[in-house]
Amino acid sequence: MPEIADIWNVLFLRDYNTRLVVISTLLLGCASGLMGGFLLLRKRSLMGDTLSHATLPGVGLAFMLAVALGGDGKSLPFLLAGAGLTGVLGCAAVLFIRNNSRIKDDTAMGIVLSVFFGAGVAILGMIQTMPEGSAAGLESFIYGKTASMVMVDFQILMAVTLSVLVCSLLLFKEFRLLCFDESFAAALGWPVKRLDVLLLGLVAAVTVAGLQSVGLILIIAFLITPAAAARFWTQRLDRMLLLSGLIGGASGWFGASLSALFPRLPAGAVIVLVATVGFLVSMFLGTERGVLLRWLLQARLQARVGSQHLLRALYEILEADALEGPLRIRPVPFRQIRGRRTWTDAELRKSIRGAYQHGFVEALERDEAIVLTERGLAEAAQVTRNHRLWEMYLIEYADVATSRVDRDADRVEHILGEQMVARLESKLQTYRSAGSLVPQSPHPIRPGD
Amino acid sequence: MSWFALDTWIVIIGALAAVACALLGNFLVLRKMSMMGDAISHAVLPGLAIAFLVTGARASVAMFIGGAVVGLLTAVFTQWISRFGKVDEGASMGIVFTSLFALGLLLIVQAADQVDLDPSCVLYGAIELTPLDVVWRPQVFGVVWEVPRAAIILAAVTLVNLAFVVGFFKELRIVSFDPELADTMGIHSNRMHYLLMALVAVTTVAAFEAVGSIIVIAMLIVPGATAHLLTDRLWLMIVLSGIFAAAAALLGHLSALTVPGWFGFADTSTSGMIAVMAGLFFLVVLFAAPKHGVLVKQRRFRSSSAS
Repeated sequence: MPEIADIWNVLFLRDYNTRLVVISTLLLGCASGLMGGFLLLRKRSLMGDTLSHATLPGVGLAFMLAVALGGDGKSLPFLLAGAGLTGVLGCAAVLFIRNNSRIKDDTAMGIVLSVFFGAGVAILGMIQTMPEGSAAGLESFIYGKTASMVMVDFQILMAVTLSVLVCSLLLFKEFRLLCFDESFAAALGWPVKRLDVLLLGLVAAVTVAGLQSVGLILIIAFLITPAAAARFWTQRLDRMLLLSGLIGGASGWFGASLSALFPRLPAGAVIVLVATVGFLVSMFLGTERGVLLRWLLQARLQARVGSQHLLRALYEILEADALEGPLRIRPVPFRQIRGRRTWTDAELRKSIRGAYQHGFVEALERDEAIVLTERGLAEAAQVTRNHRLWEMYLIEYADVATSRVDRDADRVEHILGEQMVARLESKLQTYRSAGSLVPQSPHPIRPGD
Repeated sequence: MSWFALDTWIVIIGALAAVACALLGNFLVLRKMSMMGDAISHAVLPGLAIAFLVTGARASVAMFIGGAVVGLLTAVFTQWISRFGKVDEGASMGIVFTSLFALGLLLIVQAADQVDLDPSCVLYGAIELTPLDVVWRPQVFGVVWEVPRAAIILAAVTLVNLAFVVGFFKELRIVSFDPELADTMGIHSNRMHYLLMALVAVTTVAAFEAVGSIIVIAMLIVPGATAHLLTDRLWLMIVLSGIFAAAAALLGHLSALTVPGWFGFADTSTSGMIAVMAGLFFLVVLFAAPKHGVLVKQRRFRSSSAS
């Protein structure tokens, strides 16, 4: 186990080497998190995958060209330029195939990925037989070397991060519309195709810069995972991009620190797994689209719907008793309520429990009969009124056949807000029956047993 | 260029791997899951690593099972995340396979003392070496055939895939084009999905153990997409994709031997050239296809705007 002092030193970047690695991965995480947000919204998350594989032939060709020109085959700017060139070419090919044939996005990406990568493998295979220069280490170009980054890598990453940041700030409005409504952007007369290529060019810059410093898998993950995680917390693009950059940066920082603290933890792999943990946490706890939140909301909605069904069933039973005059509260046997709807005993008992907790009903004779409270009656009247208003609206304005209206009303009424109900009510004033707030049912009510 | 019995075997093995992948690939293309091959071929790493750590040897069977199980898990996790988290399918695939690959890398590095498993050898494969591993020497018409292990395994996988495609043709067709209709007709589209994914995983592991993942990824997508541009009939698409796959294997190996000679090199990787050949077929068809080709569409567009 590392000492506390070691942990302190690494986390707060006291050591020169870890400082370089941690800051570089943090920067890269921010930049790719940002670009990943745009990719995710354009449903092109796997573009990073395609791009990073498509760089391989460029690396090989650049090496060959450099050797043919009599230079050192492994000069970094040359290799990066080659990688970037075939990467962008690959992206352009994806766009061309997608725009000009029946082949879909995913297949186009797969074709470009595999064919370009195959070409790269073939070119590297040729280079290996070259007498002039040893090609050793060229493959590792795309597998990265996170833990042994040097100042040049840091400077490249810094430059790329800054330019990505500036570009996406300047073109934020354009990119946003491109992500959400491409055809509307085109209708406004914006150069949609050029914007698309520019966006992919920025992604390519991040990918190429990241590839040689942190490797293929990490850059692919960086372009997907933080953005997908951020999506669970917010609906707004600016916040999502900010958060995505933060998650990417934080995983880079934390993962690189972990890898520096413990032996035998390859930085790239640890950072990917840290980002994955971040994703899983966001997926469950996210405050906008998180799984737990959605389950909770659904359970609450179901409880509300169940309680409303119960109250309306009780109201309609009492209503059938009193053909003339006001409703009189009486205990209703469990069996009779059970017959009102197609619900199971368990569902009904759950609804009764919920209504009891709200003080709407009292249970009598060990749950064999229940009776509405005064408050429950008021609520039941309200619920029944809403239901009938809604039914009437469906019949009058939405042309739904009378025989289906009960089912359709059931499906939608529980979601309507107070305001909507009030508006419907004002539209349907004329249907009020005299002396009661609750209008008559527009269709015959199936008698309970 | 000189051609030996070895080269014949390389072409046969390459063609078997290519056809096995292309058969299933048609359905991945139609169901918009083309990247699954790429995802699975990266994601199997932890399966291989665990199988290696448990058995302590590069025993083929254990690694095969480990790889196939993790490959299937990739499909399962991808579907879970995209269903429960409502995440775009491509993104959830990316998250799953990068995480699994990272996990595999971590396992290998943690056990670096005992493990001699190079991640990049999984990716590149060595089709050129497969004919040397001869396991069966039957005598047919007075000639001794030296059948390599890879040829037998891949022939078996190809037959299984062929049986699957022929046997479930009707179900696969409905599931590929209209999963909801399939459900109402009593065909479990989900069960078909996982059966297909299981076969993709098994094929992937079997093929890239022999020939490298690049052939697998390319052959799962490119021949199917090429055939898709040529026909609207599913059975014809499957047949065409098989022909393209086998032709890519033959021409790929031929060009791996000859093309580098034009530039003064000796030869190059057959796997890479097979992928490139498949890409060339696609490029030609993309432009020249009779109905869905770019050239025809442009001419149609021009003539309609002229009139």
